[in-house]
Amino acid sequence: MNPDVAPQTSFLFGKLGWNAIPFDEPLPMVASGVVATAILGVLIWTWRRGYFPYLWREWITSVDHKRIGVMYCLLAGLMLLRGFSDAIMMRSQQAIAYANNGYLPSDHYDQIFSAHGTIMIFFVAMTFMIGLMNFVVPLQLGVRDVAFPTLNSVSFWLTASGALLINVSLVVGEFAKTGWVVYPPLSELRFSPGVGVDYYLWAIQISGVGTLLSGVNLVTTILKMRAPGMGYTRMPMFCWTALASNLLIVAAFPILTTTLAMLTLDRYLGFHFFTNELGGNAMMFVNLIWAWGHPEVYILILPAFGVFSEVVSTFSGKPLFGYRSMILATMAICILSFMVWLHHFFTMGAGADVNGFFGVTTMIIAVPTGVKVFNWLFTMYGGRIRFTTPMLWSVGFMVTFVIGGMTGVLLAVPPADFVLHNSVFLVAHFHNVIIGGVLFGAFAGLTYWWPKAFGFQLDEKWGKRAFWLWITGFYVAFMPLYVLGLMGMTRRLQRYDVPEWQPWLLVAAVGVVLIAGGIASQIAQIVVSIRNRKQLADVTGDPWDGRTLEWITTSPPPAFNFAVLPDVEGEEAYWNVKSLARERQRLSELPDYADIEMPKNSPTGVVCAFFATAMGFALIWHIWWLVALGFVGAWATFVIFAWRDDPEYEIHARDLEAHDRERRQAKAKLLGLREGDVA
Amino acid sequence: MSNPAAGKTSDGEDPHNLGHDDDVPISEQGPAPKRIVVAYGFWIFLLSDFILFSGFFAGYAVLSGATAGGPSGRELFELPLVAVETALLLVSSFTCGLAGIALTVRNMRWFQSTMAATFVLGAGFLALEAYEFTHLIGEGAGPGRSAFLSAFFALVGCHGLHVLLGLVWLTTMMAQVGAKGFRDDIERRVQCFALFWHALDIIWVAVFTMVYLLGSGT
Amino acid sequence: MKVFDSRRDYRWVAPSLLLPPLLLGACSPGVLDPAGPVAAGDRIVLLNALTIMLGIVVPTILATLVFAWWFRAGNSKATYRPSWAYSGRLELLVWSIPALVVIFLGGIAWIGSHDLDPSRPLASKVAPLRVDVVALDWKWLFIYPDQGIASINRVVAPVGTPIAFHITSATVMNSLFVPQLGGQIYAMAGMETKLHLQADRPGSYRGISAHYSGKGFPGMVFRVDAVSPQQFAGWVGQAKAAGPVLDRAGYLALLKESQNVPPSTYRAVLPGLFDAVVRDSGTVSAKSAKDGRQQ
Repeated sequence: MNPDVAPQTSFLFGKLGWNAIPFDEPLPMVASGVVATAILGVLIWTWRRGYFPYLWREWITSVDHKRIGVMYCLLAGLMLLRGFSDAIMMRSQQAIAYANNGYLPSDHYDQIFSAHGTIMIFFVAMTFMIGLMNFVVPLQLGVRDVAFPTLNSVSFWLTASGALLINVSLVVGEFAKTGWVVYPPLSELRFSPGVGVDYYLWAIQISGVGTLLSGVNLVTTILKMRAPGMGYTRMPMFCWTALASNLLIVAAFPILTTTLAMLTLDRYLGFHFFTNELGGNAMMFVNLIWAWGHPEVYILILPAFGVFSEVVSTFSGKPLFGYRSMILATMAICILSFMVWLHHFFTMGAGADVNGFFGVTTMIIAVPTGVKVFNWLFTMYGGRIRFTTPMLWSVGFMVTFVIGGMTGVLLAVPPADFVLHNSVFLVAHFHNVIIGGVLFGAFAGLTYWWPKAFGFQLDEKWGKRAFWLWITGFYVAFMPLYVLGLMGMTRRLQRYDVPEWQPWLLVAAVGVVLIAGGIASQIAQIVVSIRNRKQLADVTGDPWDGRTLEWITTSPPPAFNFAVLPDVEGEEAYWNVKSLARERQRLSELPDYADIEMPKNSPTGVVCAFFATAMGFALIWHIWWLVALGFVGAWATFVIFAWRDDPEYEIHARDLEAHDRERRQAKAKLLGLREGDVA
Repeated sequence: MSNPAAGKTSDGEDPHNLGHDDDVPISEQGPAPKRIVVAYGFWIFLLSDFILFSGFFAGYAVLSGATAGGPSGRELFELPLVAVETALLLVSSFTCGLAGIALTVRNMRWFQSTMAATFVLGAGFLALEAYEFTHLIGEGAGPGRSAFLSAFFALVGCHGLHVLLGLVWLTTMMAQVGAKGFRDDIERRVQCFALFWHALDIIWVAVFTMVYLLGSGT
Repeated sequence: MKVFDSRRDYRWVAPSLLLPPLLLGACSPGVLDPAGPVAAGDRIVLLNALTIMLGIVVPTILATLVFAWWFRAGNSKATYRPSWAYSGRLELLVWSIPALVVIFLGGIAWIGSHDLDPSRPLASKVAPLRVDVVALDWKWLFIYPDQGIASINRVVAPVGTPIAFHITSATVMNSLFVPQLGGQIYAMAGMETKLHLQADRPGSYRGISAHYSGKGFPGMVFRVDAVSPQQFAGWVGQAKAAGPVLDRAGYLALLKESQNVPPSTYRAVLPGLFDAVVRDSGTVSAKSAKDGRQQ
């Protein structure tokens, strides 16, 4: 879009005009053409096969936490492909742009690195973790769903709405050219007059509402809805880390909402929170955004820590070492994460005392993290370790994350930060912990819980190939960046004039190719596994010899999860039940089945998000009538939802009993019991 | 040692879900009843809303001196107006409380009239605030004049926006109770609304203290 | 399960052994090659902190790999302890080792933060050279208030003399950074940050903006030339002899967007220009600005 030409504003279309579409730029046109064709192809295939009614009924309007969790993870995977394409472009540009402009002019490159960060943090990492927590937590807690199932659906669809808006910016208008944290004054209207920052603001605000509601939902679920007998210290570790992460969401996301709202007011209504003129204070933005931003990275990593606790314990054949210590460490991280935010801007000049204080608090938060690593080590010690794909990801994490954590603590020493801040050393550090921590955790969780979600396991061979390509690719791509940072290379450079940097950037580009191979292997893994799903079927519901309650259900579990809520009597609820059954060579007593009520599906989520997307798009392009319409539509959706007389449907005891019989037969098969012992 | 009658009302109801068995801690009694889950979840949401406001309070605190040569709070704030606004809001909280009682005793007429009174008082608050804002903007002391005024309008305006959304919610609840009666799930929603309305009162106390009272003094 | 297939995979060994020396040869001077006391101090802190942490990290990584290998399911020699999930002594160790390291590192962080604070003047027998800096789109303006000259994208200073930078921005946030001479500090409109650097050996040191500021950002490169006091005096003299004057019109011209600007000098500077720029707080005369930046 040509920034020198003032946009023509009309009542009907706001600032939107044909010049919003970059017809003269081949890259976004080809990319969006390919994506549009792919989407169209999928839609036509779905329609021809008659899948639309099924999709609408079973997935789009589903309020089942398991379905919603899967959809979150699917969204994350798709956005990973988009964010990774940005990464390919950045690495290839930097590999060739010594003393020349490369193939991406600043205008593009600056949008690409901003989109890369925004998409990866908000729509890949967050979405993966929320998806896993959604799927697993109610199952592990022994309950039927989260506290507010329809709200859960709304949360997902609002997140999808944000993701859609960001992708639309590729072809209609432009994206922000400010980096993913949109610092003013650069992000103010004066220095970013286009729609780019507005796309960012509305996409994040809309999906931010979804995330906040998700946080409220999961905190309430974990604290108020657990199976009988499951006191706090009998919850699986993943649920503890989910609790900590969602408490952080509830406490931190409002700060993001406020800060972006202030920037929005500056841009739309001429306020002066962060402008250079009339008293605005850009440093306040920096403080506020990182007061959210630091808890955000703990929101991302804590569920991953939870995944590793589950995976390491299961595949070592031992309970998690130091369970209570882990709880303490988790909650300590939760609280301390609010006391370190200034380490993101030691170089803003707050002075030695302030810098020193935050340096020390950042060090302190490394202690509980270290404790967790040691406890995983001691979980492995004395175990009988099976190197399945999830376990490989976990060991890979333990090695990689520790390096990333080390460079983080290094950067927490202010004098070291003074020479490394904003360099590619920093970029290497945070990719080290996010890829090595969050992404490896997502992949471990995905491969671990896939059989539970879909009823068949993933192909191990392709899984292992994916792991080795990813981890090698990661090191090849990012270790050179540590070196380059020490050589004085700063981040976000579209071109550079230091010849010695180029060989390292070429090596980094090779790393990206390896990672691409890893991603291709993961896609192949899914395709091959679906094709071979009968051979890979999980018939017992417990393919890994698991220890927590989700493995007591069938794979996949029924909509109601448990025919009768389990009575929990100690830590590792399922392991106790299984050990007792193995010992006695028969299953537990038949429970009393009673009728239950389950929430009905609802289109509230998807319709609400439809209006939210319309509203967001209209706000970006200043189409005020559409904003009003969108808002009214969203409110009407809620009212219609609230007007329902019949929100639940009944499942009769005899249906529960029938399902449970099948489940008990599967478990009997698992334990090698004869038909008669099932009772 | 355990008193099975503890916490129960005279007709055996257990409104606080204290459980019949004092030996099993609440944390091990299984999923809490819907009434408690809904209220708890809404409280968590309210806490997040408080944090939202605290962001605006922090912004106001930082920018309160950034008047850019323009008017400061001392010159702009009319405390009598604020006093009337406060009275309106506080009384509306009282009438909202009355509506809560009417809800418990299932009295439709009292419920609708106290809710209507709450609406009128809340709308009165908003009208006065709208007057204040337009007056300030007319005097050239709009939010675009300085960072201080931006922070003022955003903080007070955010509260006002919440009040407006509260009024929309209020009318929706009046309509729903009128159409469907005092059903359990509707009752839960009215209780959430009441929590919301009272929370806005608390925020207002903080606003008029930090912004108007302190701002008029400097 | 074969993790490492020795038959196929050692094709990669030979070239990957060559890579490190090749790469190490491709090194530009940076943070690890300090040319002054500040950078040297930063480097010592960096290396000390790194060494201390490696003391924990390397054994942890080794332990991870060793435990993973030794306790693999196929190893019948390893003892299986399926109910070993707690040890008070180990817990104590596991909490106290990181805690002790963190106390130690925290001390380094606190002391280092004070000793190497950018705004702290350097101890020196020589009087510092004051340089006022304005970050512009997309170049650096260096004003020498005591010499009455100014320079674009180049700092000349005598070796062994502390340079006291006072920094602001006429536009968005930037960050003044000379890797071989010391740490960086943000340049912000309406604010005046301070950075003290010193070059102890002659040379030409690369300086950059370390905070992305828009499309001309990659070109915000400048040089710090540390020369003998005589050469410095000579340069000042040359600058005073020729070149434009940095008056109000000259400054407004600088506010216009430009990239990859070659170094140049001004023979005179409007007195109080820097303070006026700070007070102005990056507010450009909006009449001529089309999109906030001067075209």
